[in-house]
Amino acid sequence: MTDESAEKSSTSPDSKGTETRSPGQLAWRRFKRDRTGVISAIIVIAFFVVGLAAPLIAKLYGKDPYTTYGLNDPSLLGDNGLPAAPNGGINSEFWFGIDPQLGRDVFTFLWYSIRNSLLIATGITILAMIVGVAVGITAGYLGGKTDWFLGRVMDILLAFPQQLFFVAFTPVVLALFVGDNENTPTSLIVVSLILLLVVFGWASVGRLLRGQVLALREREYVEAAKVTGASPARIIFKELLPNLWTPILIQGTLMLPAMVSTEAGLAFLGVGLQDPTPDWGVMIGYATQWYQDDITLLMFPGLAMVIFVLAFNLLGDSVRDALDPKTKR
Amino acid sequence: MLRFLVRRFLGAAITLLIISAVTFMLFYAVPHDPARMACGKVCTPDTLELIRRNMGIDESLPLQYWHWLSGIFVGRDYTGIGRCDAPCLGYSFVNHESVLATVQDRFPTTASLALGSSVVFLIFGIGAGMLAAVKQGKAVDKIASSASLIASSMQIYFVGPVALYLLVYTTHILDQPSYTPFTENPAAWFSGLLVPWLVLALIWTANYTRMTRSQLVETLSEDYVRTARAKGLSRRTVFFRFAWRGAMGPIVTIFGIDMGVLLGGAMITEKTFSLQGLGMLAVKSVINNDLPMLLGVMIVTAAFVVFANIIVDAVYALIDPRIRLA
Repeated sequence: MTDESAEKSSTSPDSKGTETRSPGQLAWRRFKRDRTGVISAIIVIAFFVVGLAAPLIAKLYGKDPYTTYGLNDPSLLGDNGLPAAPNGGINSEFWFGIDPQLGRDVFTFLWYSIRNSLLIATGITILAMIVGVAVGITAGYLGGKTDWFLGRVMDILLAFPQQLFFVAFTPVVLALFVGDNENTPTSLIVVSLILLLVVFGWASVGRLLRGQVLALREREYVEAAKVTGASPARIIFKELLPNLWTPILIQGTLMLPAMVSTEAGLAFLGVGLQDPTPDWGVMIGYATQWYQDDITLLMFPGLAMVIFVLAFNLLGDSVRDALDPKTKR
Repeated sequence: MLRFLVRRFLGAAITLLIISAVTFMLFYAVPHDPARMACGKVCTPDTLELIRRNMGIDESLPLQYWHWLSGIFVGRDYTGIGRCDAPCLGYSFVNHESVLATVQDRFPTTASLALGSSVVFLIFGIGAGMLAAVKQGKAVDKIASSASLIASSMQIYFVGPVALYLLVYTTHILDQPSYTPFTENPAAWFSGLLVPWLVLALIWTANYTRMTRSQLVETLSEDYVRTARAKGLSRRTVFFRFAWRGAMGPIVTIFGIDMGVLLGGAMITEKTFSLQGLGMLAVKSVINNDLPMLLGVMIVTAAFVVFANIIVDAVYALIDPRIRLA
């Protein structure tokens, strides 16, 4: 459906006549006509806005994600540790209810979780893209032994279950920073998470970019640049890179939602961020200890993540359609 | 075929050697005190001393690796613990058990999970994908495509508990997940794993629907399919005798790799349904800092992935006669 509308818009001559447009402008026009894409983009942007504005929301709302309201006011929680009020304790004071046992405010905890998870996932995605693009271009442009060696590294990284790598090397990376018997500060967990997911996550981008560069390297305009004596830096940044933005953007939109769920998965398994740091996976992990009796707490982070990942995937598809209307899905 | 197998097995051995060496180095070279790490969170001085002696901390790292590696082929003696027969993957000082024994103990759970769910996702995934490709652009195609997009955006750690809540805890339609060995009670084995199979399959089905659809759409537009149609064969014959062969090649490849991954343990699924398979073993080893165990699980998983790749390439050639093993 999106393909057809995109093609129509690009082939039908504009009423104003012979205005020239850059490929970027054309892509933007195609994207604006794609209703699914625009709605998904709004949802995705809303998540980022809510995440960034979490402290502001908490301030206006008058609560924070760390205070254990349930322990301060025992009437909020029942004897079994579950919220005393029905539906996870949702009422006019606690809009999304409170969590069992500790009685923290779910409303602010959720926004802070989204904030932390999105910040970490975005950081990982940007860094992994940079590494992947750099290695991919190096391997593709230089070729020869460098290409062979980098190719084998990527093969090995891609051939094995990434999740196991992430899980298995967490203690090693943590041990790099922290002594044997010390408690691990949260900031270091974040740093090692980012490091780990970047080190094991760039390979797919690298492989793809390498292939693209291999194809571009033989084109006439690159040959021409070489003949005129352009430096490798100029060829890479001025000749190759502008033609690589489409695959880079597409890979980025694929990687970010994957990193969000991977990071949350690690926290869920207990090897990523730990309670009480607000995080999507921490929140889901905590909720799964209680869902048999009260599933309300699980629904907020769970549904939020499904909506976010779905919207981001749809957005990714629309971005691909807009940038590269020839590809058929 | 023989040459192919010999070459691939050699390649696999080299890959495993590299993986194990790199993992070993990372595990034992980086941490401050590997013995302290291998000892786990609750560590008595006696155990620590025992580990120190058995790990050969004073030896150089390559020598330690050599001891580990040769243990796989000729076994290994642990002072104060006893002999670990070949193939010896090491000894877990946290669990006080040989790594191989624990892996063997956990493997049936993981294998049952992988086999059962792959049956479900292959049937539904390939079925839906074929239907979508044949009815391209029609309502069936759109429903299958959007359903797979939604399913692939779901996470097991959310869908799993919701499914359990709806199907098990509130309505009691299905049994609570548990693992009973197949040889002991096939009915209990089946009913205990049904929910995990369905949930795990839901997410994987989406991938296979999308892949099958795009592969088939591509194959159906190829020349040989047109030729077959042009010489008067029915759509049905063309589809079942020629088209699916061309389309299934890549699917088999992906399936082999996925199977290798699944046999290494589906960590999140096992955790969600409290199944004690290889995945949970890996997670617990990380939490307990049980490095020997973790190393063992990683090597076993790596071996599954590597050998799955070889099998896949061999099967690929059987399905698609255009592929030659060289």
